[in-house]
Amino acid sequence: MNVVTPPAKLTAKDFATDQEVRWCPGCGDYAILKGVQKTLADIGAVPEKTVFISGIGCAARFPYYMATYGFHTIHGRAPSFATGVKLANPELDVWVVSGDGDALSIGGNHLIHLLRRNVNLQFLLFNNEIYGLTKGQYSPTSRAGTRSPSTPLGSVDNPLSATLLALAAGARFVARAVDSQQKHLPGVLTRAHQHIGTSFVEIFQNCIVYNDGVFADFTAKDKIAGSQIAVEHGKPLVFGADGKMGLHVKPGAFEIDVVEIGVNGITENDILVHDETNKVLATLLAGMQGPAFPVAIGVLYCDPAASYEQGVEAVKERAPSHNNGDLNSLLRSGHTWQVD
Amino acid sequence: MVTNTALKTEVNDETLRQQLESAVVRFAGDSGDGMQVTGGQFTLSAALAGNNLATFPDFPAEIRAPVGTTFGVSSFQINFGSRVIKTSGDEFDLLVAMNPAALFVELKGLKAGGVIILDTGSFSERNLRKAGYQNNPLEDGSLSGYRVIGLDISQLTLDAVKDFGLTNKEALRCKNFWTLGYVFWMFANKRKETVEWLRKKFAKRPEIAEANIAALNAGHALGETSETADGFQGFTIPQTEQAEPGLYRTVMGSEAIAWGLATGARLAGLKLTFCSYPITPASSVLHTLSNMAEYNVTTFQAEDEIAAACAAIGASYAGTLGVTSSSGPGIALKGEAIGLAIGIEIPLIILNTQRAGPSTGLPTKTEQSDLYQAVYGRNADSPLVVLAARSPANCFDVAIEAVRLATKYMTPVMILSDGYIGNAAEPWLIPDIDSIKPFPVSFRTDPENFHPFVRDEATLARAWAIPGTPELMHRIGGIEKSYDSGHISYDPENHQKMTDVRAAKINGIAKDIPPQTVEVGPERGPVAVVGWGSTYGPINRAVTNLLDMGKTVSHIHLNNIWPLPTNLGALLSQFDKILVPEMNKGQLLTVLRSEFLAPAVGINKVTGQPFKIRELEQAILAEMEA
Ligand SMILES: Cc1ncc(C[n+]2csc(CCOP(=O)(O)OP(=O)(O)O)c2C)c(N)n1
Ligand code: SF4
Ligand SMILES: [Mg+2]
Repeated sequence: MNVVTPPAKLTAKDFATDQEVRWCPGCGDYAILKGVQKTLADIGAVPEKTVFISGIGCAARFPYYMATYGFHTIHGRAPSFATGVKLANPELDVWVVSGDGDALSIGGNHLIHLLRRNVNLQFLLFNNEIYGLTKGQYSPTSRAGTRSPSTPLGSVDNPLSATLLALAAGARFVARAVDSQQKHLPGVLTRAHQHIGTSFVEIFQNCIVYNDGVFADFTAKDKIAGSQIAVEHGKPLVFGADGKMGLHVKPGAFEIDVVEIGVNGITENDILVHDETNKVLATLLAGMQGPAFPVAIGVLYCDPAASYEQGVEAVKERAPSHNNGDLNSLLRSGHTWQVD
Repeated sequence: MVTNTALKTEVNDETLRQQLESAVVRFAGDSGDGMQVTGGQFTLSAALAGNNLATFPDFPAEIRAPVGTTFGVSSFQINFGSRVIKTSGDEFDLLVAMNPAALFVELKGLKAGGVIILDTGSFSERNLRKAGYQNNPLEDGSLSGYRVIGLDISQLTLDAVKDFGLTNKEALRCKNFWTLGYVFWMFANKRKETVEWLRKKFAKRPEIAEANIAALNAGHALGETSETADGFQGFTIPQTEQAEPGLYRTVMGSEAIAWGLATGARLAGLKLTFCSYPITPASSVLHTLSNMAEYNVTTFQAEDEIAAACAAIGASYAGTLGVTSSSGPGIALKGEAIGLAIGIEIPLIILNTQRAGPSTGLPTKTEQSDLYQAVYGRNADSPLVVLAARSPANCFDVAIEAVRLATKYMTPVMILSDGYIGNAAEPWLIPDIDSIKPFPVSFRTDPENFHPFVRDEATLARAWAIPGTPELMHRIGGIEKSYDSGHISYDPENHQKMTDVRAAKINGIAKDIPPQTVEVGPERGPVAVVGWGSTYGPINRAVTNLLDMGKTVSHIHLNNIWPLPTNLGALLSQFDKILVPEMNKGQLLTVLRSEFLAPAVGINKVTGQPFKIRELEQAILAEMEA
């Protein structure tokens, strides 16, 4: 009799490789790596069925440090490789790791099409608002006026919001997290993994060398309570040290504003409740910026629909079979003639 | 000039037909006149009549160019006959001109004394002006050197279909089938298949099908009963004699490639994932494969060519056969991804249906000017395999060979086809797939001594371990890999070693491909004419003709562009003169000169039209005498 030994439960450490990690000391990527390894252990991921696919950049080195299958491809194109992988084998659990330059500059087009197709995978965008690997040039998410080697007098172009882009492209799952918030990050990643379709997660990541503290106004320990709002489906949209600040629909306007419970007659009943299936609300939340508004993190939007692979399979099943897959019959179909 | 007024009651005597060994017919009309369909139906009936044939669809880039203009002329040429047909023909024996613009554009290609069938109903003042005629060529004597059959096809068609309740516009659309009926009579071809085709095609609108059939029959009947001034009674072409016995069909290059890829994947035991982005003239392969789900084919229309190449590589990485296809401009976009496929040593097939360039160039016209791009067109030392198809049917074999080499050697393989091959059709002795030796892929599953770049000692191919395989988890990418572990390596000596092994692997493939042979002519001698790709037909016919004239000349044709066959250098050294005809400015020429220091001379043409046999004969003769 064969005794089947149940696979030992893997820990976060089991998902680490023996490769020397080459990020700068103190880089936010370490924290994200830790969060992802923990998530994989939490969800019971099967290493041989898990594939990390990345483009190029500091963030894109990620697959080398995961004891799963890994594919470090070319700049900006990871979504396309991942789509091919999922078309070939929809059973694989695919995570794409990308940077703000990789995903939104050179690869912006592929990201849009990945999201609208809704390929079933997790897309993690490590946003540090800078090109780390190429030594600190400004990126498509850098704020106007960013000084960098290529913009010594400050950048001129307007930045792009990754989450608004994702929503506009038709993403069915859009979330945000912060590299250093290790209690929050694995929860978001777990939700992303559960969701069928493309799960888009923007992770604010500190580049300690070229853009240190760029998110500090809402990620510094003493700023979190007052400048962040961690959204949860079905819960009131409140923040602040004592949970008294909240979001509310501005009367007579198509806008939200920040109010304080107990001030100007505002009660708990006036506070908006998060509905993650509401795309309009998600768009408003994604658009909030400090200092007037808190920055929203957590699952801003989740409204599942059939994945691309499911659609492709359904079409294949509907496809007429003329020759039962027999190629010899195919070659002999239509007009033929015999020469004796 | 003949007109449709001279009608007899009895049918013409079939025995009075003039016998031809072969004939070239060119159907020309407005883009909206349905000339490609007409040509396709004529091809089918010629093939079923047992003729050998080759076709050449020649159409404008504009989908609906303004009616009646010269740049809106769409043509279809067929060369058919009882002898072996190698090209779509030089000058035509018969020109069908549906309007003045078609006559204006195509007349120069008609043989002296050739036959013109034209629709006099379309020779209005306005149409003549649009075509650029100062005078009416039907009246000014400029057509006196030809045999002109002028028929008011527009009116004759309207008369033939008047009982079917069509609008005037719909009725006039039947003109091409009326004309086809007349041309069928002229070559004694059968109408049955076309009638069946029309009924199937217009199953939802039977009145359209029946009106076209009535037009077809009316055109045919007119031929049978009309009396021509010079007693012309049509032609007859005897059946082909040389053909090998077996079951035949006609096949276009784009179909043959699609079927060959699916067959190759089947022989390798893999599913096929075909990723592409539309571009003329490559799209028809995507269209064909999109209908082939039942043969384990998945197609993906990507957002651009880069995404298509990357998705194909991803599909191979996950264990299917990834194929990507485009034309020159799109292949340029794929370059970086192809470099990655070379670096990670993964099977990938890249199909380039070449067109005239640079840039957009002449999208619907043919050229073979992407050989440099295929062999040399990437950053760094990045060798891959390049194969070239010589004819529509040959695409099938080349596609299978591409799959064999890609999977056996874990390498990208580029197939060079071109617009002419893709769209042209020829008869094909249908192969039995069960008789082709399979070459099943075996994925690595054994963890013992595994790393992603362990190599097979003989082929130098690395192990193919796909995601989903227990205990073989590994990471690969574009950064240089250690020869000994597959891990990232920045070691200088290692990069030298890996670059060398990538080159050695591709060079080694030369031992696994057929040695170069001589198509016709002696194995050594004064002149070798060396070609590749779609120039096969015209070169072969030209050299054969010169041999028949008593000249000593040989034809060598390359299927393997990279690596080159091992014996090619020695073979070329047996000839005093090496001539290389190409539809480019001399690309294979450069390769032969640089690889073998061969004293080769180019014969080059880039008009977007295939070589004519006569052109080549003259060029070869001139070089022989030079
Ligand atoms: C085709 C191509 N163009 C440019 C580069 C150079 N390059 C590498 S990474 C990078 C930007 C990376 O920025 P980001 O995606 O934000 O990643 P980060 O390093 O910040 O994590 C650039 C421009 C490249 N590798 N390939
Ligand atoms: S450059 Fe910035 S993003 Fe890159 S590793 Fe260093 S700290 Fe991290
Ligand atoms: Mg960045």
